[in-house]
Amino acid sequence: MNKAIEIEVLSPEVLTTVQDAGRFGYLADGITESGAMDQEAYRFANELVGNRDGEAELECTMKGPALRFLGSATAALAGADMDARLDGRPVKTGEAFWVESGQVLELHMAGKGLRTYLAVAGGIAVPKVLGSRSTNLKCRMGGFSGRALLAGDVLPVGAAKETPQGFVRPYHPVFSDHLVIHCIPGPQEEAFTEAGIETFYGSTYTMTSESDRMGMRLAGPVIETRHGSDIISDGIVFGSVQVPKSGLPILLLADHQTAGGYAKIATVISRDLPLLAQAVPGTKLTFERVSIEEMQETPKAQKAAEKQDRRAKKPEALPRPLHELRGWQRFRTFRERRKKW
Amino acid sequence: MAEETVRICPEGDRALLVDFGNVIEEKTNRKVARLAGLLRERTLSGVRELMPAFSSLLVLYDPALTTYRVLKEEVEALLPKLSQDAKEGEKTRRIHHIPCCYGGALGEDLPSMEELTGLTAEEIIRIHAKEAYRIYMLGFLPGFVYLGGLDSRIQAPRLATPRTKIPAGSVGIGGAQTGVYPIASPGGWRLIGRTPVRLYDPDRKEPILCRAGEYLRFEPVTEEEYRAIEKDVEQGTYREEVTGE
Repeated sequence: MNKAIEIEVLSPEVLTTVQDAGRFGYLADGITESGAMDQEAYRFANELVGNRDGEAELECTMKGPALRFLGSATAALAGADMDARLDGRPVKTGEAFWVESGQVLELHMAGKGLRTYLAVAGGIAVPKVLGSRSTNLKCRMGGFSGRALLAGDVLPVGAAKETPQGFVRPYHPVFSDHLVIHCIPGPQEEAFTEAGIETFYGSTYTMTSESDRMGMRLAGPVIETRHGSDIISDGIVFGSVQVPKSGLPILLLADHQTAGGYAKIATVISRDLPLLAQAVPGTKLTFERVSIEEMQETPKAQKAAEKQDRRAKKPEALPRPLHELRGWQRFRTFRERRKKW
Repeated sequence: MAEETVRICPEGDRALLVDFGNVIEEKTNRKVARLAGLLRERTLSGVRELMPAFSSLLVLYDPALTTYRVLKEEVEALLPKLSQDAKEGEKTRRIHHIPCCYGGALGEDLPSMEELTGLTAEEIIRIHAKEAYRIYMLGFLPGFVYLGGLDSRIQAPRLATPRTKIPAGSVGIGGAQTGVYPIASPGGWRLIGRTPVRLYDPDRKEPILCRAGEYLRFEPVTEEEYRAIEKDVEQGTYREEVTGE
């Protein structure tokens, strides 16, 4: 069994945070999901080093950090190519590599794309907060002391599994300066005029530099509303396209607010979210309408679902936070569990 | 009639929105809470999370395990039950009693509230602390409660220039809303007091104190009492008062 090791941050650069698959089950409490912005690249990096699903990694933004490994380990980079060097020698993004104790891994500016994920066998082992190791910057929660990494931080790495998971699914990142993003209309499309809806799907928008893990502000033609875009606050998801008073869309991303009071003209489909995660300011975006039926009811979609279904476990109860079960309910749940045993 | 106004639509390919109408109304909010309860009891395959809001329920699901169509049918089958239940109403109200020290350094906008409302500080406190406010939803910040039913006499516009940092526990009024800042945050509400109780504490076994559908009442305390409770909270010996009515 590999010994647990540590990683020292020599220079964090723009924004390096600890992220995992996300913090689920707390939207109703006002706590957003966070997690890796590019879930595909994140998933791939974990698979390359043989980690289980959901192990924490480092998310590096625009210009990656310099890190010293205190102990040897298998590591992998996925996502944007940041011209990584291990003690000065080039390291390929998208392949696992071995790091000797004391070696320095240095990342540079991303050539194409914006975010790179560093996975280490065993995973970044910061303590879990509410079931996740993801950093929620706004709430200063999770990750490394609830904040972005700083020089001098020393990150714990978990013990690597003796038999690493050998299954690596393919990953083909797309970096483009003009993205076609697919959206399912609504939930408040009716707040906009026909001309406004036409504007949204018929125009080209540009990603502005006012973009971060919470959201991406777009520049372009103003979307016309029927009677303004104020609504009574309701739930937001990763991918919601909100149109505030300005009439310019904001794409809400991993650190989105849990609820908002502006109408949402559409929602980006989950398959296209990694494209948004890798977009840089100046990227052009056009939106294409797709229906939920096309996504889930076509023969191809059904076949994919059936395949998944065979692998799926039997239905589980909702992951319900314990604190929600009060008194007798807790007892009942316990009794129900016993019955199942 | 109730069922006809319910709108079910997709929110992307991983969530479904049940919209009971664009209103802030206790009756509607109760339906949201009831539907959330029924869906939890059903433990449907693939349902990941429920997010109740003022007048809508967001159902997040795993598209590998279920589909929009399947869940829409499930929700539609539950709707008739909601209007039956709505007639009966809620049997008990769970009320959180939140100690609040009004005015002084802990509620620095109380003097400006006197000017805006034409009421004395004592009257404002009496009116604010009288009501058991319904918690319509949580959002914005961890443990941030959206409360309904603020008396119109003490409603006041937000500050023209929001403060860049408001301490955790601050109790404020913004327009027709009142509430508590669970963590330090920027904000534009007028601060009338502060509570030593933590509505959100990640180190506590139950990090979030209140839930949607419950009630909250402010109990005026002196600054001395505030400090004493604050100490108890820090030492983990404070026991929150919750009653059922």
